[in-house]
Amino acid sequence: MITEARAVWLLMRRGLNEVLRVPGAAIPGILAPTIFVLGFSVAFGGLAGLAGFTTDDYVSFVLPVGLLQGAGFSGGAIGVNLARDLEMGRFDRLLLSPTSRPSLLVGTILSASLRAMLPAGLVLIVALVAGASITNVPLLVLAMIITALFAIVAALYGVSLALNLQTQSAAPLMQAGMFAVVLISSSYAARPQLAPWLETIANINPVTYVLELTRLAFVDHEDVWSAIWPGVVALLGLILALAVVVALSLRRVITE
Amino acid sequence: MTAELRVVWLLAIRSVRQALRRPQMLAPVLLLPSVFLVANTGAAGRAPSLPGFPPVPAFLDFELPGIILLASTLAAVPGGSALALDVERGFLDRFFAAPMPRAIAVTGRLAGIGLVGALAALAFLIVGLVFGTQVQSGPLGAVVVVVLAGLTAAAFGGLGAAIAIGTGQASYVTGSFPLVFLLLFFSSAFFPTELLREPAAAIATGNPLTWIVDGLRSPILNSSIQLDTTAAALGGVGILGLIGVGSAYLALQRRLEASR
Repeated sequence: MITEARAVWLLMRRGLNEVLRVPGAAIPGILAPTIFVLGFSVAFGGLAGLAGFTTDDYVSFVLPVGLLQGAGFSGGAIGVNLARDLEMGRFDRLLLSPTSRPSLLVGTILSASLRAMLPAGLVLIVALVAGASITNVPLLVLAMIITALFAIVAALYGVSLALNLQTQSAAPLMQAGMFAVVLISSSYAARPQLAPWLETIANINPVTYVLELTRLAFVDHEDVWSAIWPGVVALLGLILALAVVVALSLRRVITE
Repeated sequence: MTAELRVVWLLAIRSVRQALRRPQMLAPVLLLPSVFLVANTGAAGRAPSLPGFPPVPAFLDFELPGIILLASTLAAVPGGSALALDVERGFLDRFFAAPMPRAIAVTGRLAGIGLVGALAALAFLIVGLVFGTQVQSGPLGAVVVVVLAGLTAAAFGGLGAAIAIGTGQASYVTGSFPLVFLLLFFSSAFFPTELLREPAAAIATGNPLTWIVDGLRSPILNSSIQLDTTAAALGGVGILGLIGVGSAYLALQRRLEASR
């Protein structure tokens, strides 16, 4: 058990090392969410002027999109790194180590949650400077926890692709996949203000509920609890479902 | 000269085939703009009712050229990534040993990126037509849109190529795609300049991407091709090309000097 915990910790540290040792590769993923939040604000800020829009503070409205995008990019990077390890045979060498095989992935996946705090911190600071507001501190803490957990969702998705495709050229798919599910939700406007067909998609998309849970920290909501529980259920469901996919993919890689 | 053109053509076709054979490489070119098209039109569909929004038949007609521009600029990402893999795997070094001007390696790749950009533009134009957009200026207008998108992709591809040759790592090229969005958000690609918040509106006015998207939008929204708008769009492509393609050749020069 102690060996596993140590392996998990070492692999978490290894996952974070890239940020420090190859900053050129990590910086775009850290900057991108801030670019998107500022970009959405300047480009679509006019939407807040539409009748019935939930808030006139559009920066606060899109800030959670930036938090989840940052988590998505962080998780995607974990998938890209694993694909590189698989391509170069490093993962095969790790399989020879005297630790359980799932723990080889657990550490890598968990490192995404820590890594996600870098883009989250940056986008939060820049958005606050740009005029975003916080509804209350406990909800902000909850939003950051949700961001960290969503990074695990993204890492699980990236890792499952890496295990199945085993090539770094899958990197755009890892990044674009999470980007897409975050955007096709209530990212630009609240669900009732979306076109009916997009509202239907957003209702089915579990990330919508995670986004709305994160948004509680920045936009006032009449019934906070009614936004919390669907978000938590959606998040845990995503983690569970993707963890099963990763476990099955890992078993297939080991068998092969 | 004919032999050189043939090599450029072969490299361009190789570049297109690389993109088609690995669908995951096409994700930024097709998937991201599709997602933006869905999200933007679904969430901002009521925007034309905002005061100051230019008269358009539907928001999709306004948005489609922005999405085509996004797809053509993002074509630089898989193209650049593939070039970086060529550097990593030694293909570029082997090419340099051939009795050909070395710049052809970059020219062929840029031509390939241009073709991918034009194909992506055609695909999105068809999607737009399916969902009710009409190219008001007719088939010639559609050709203008596709050619302009292809030229933009090649010009912008220069930046991807410069990063690829300079770093030799695909992850740097992939990581550069947020910069594409930065340039696009500060243009009239997704929303009219008049309705952008300051300082974005002021920046958008001087942004070459605004001129290009206006050139893409004009044949779709107007019954005839407006030469002044098209000329301004070509000017925008020229500026991008000067910066992008110039950077790529400089990076190539530096790489060759370093390997001597």
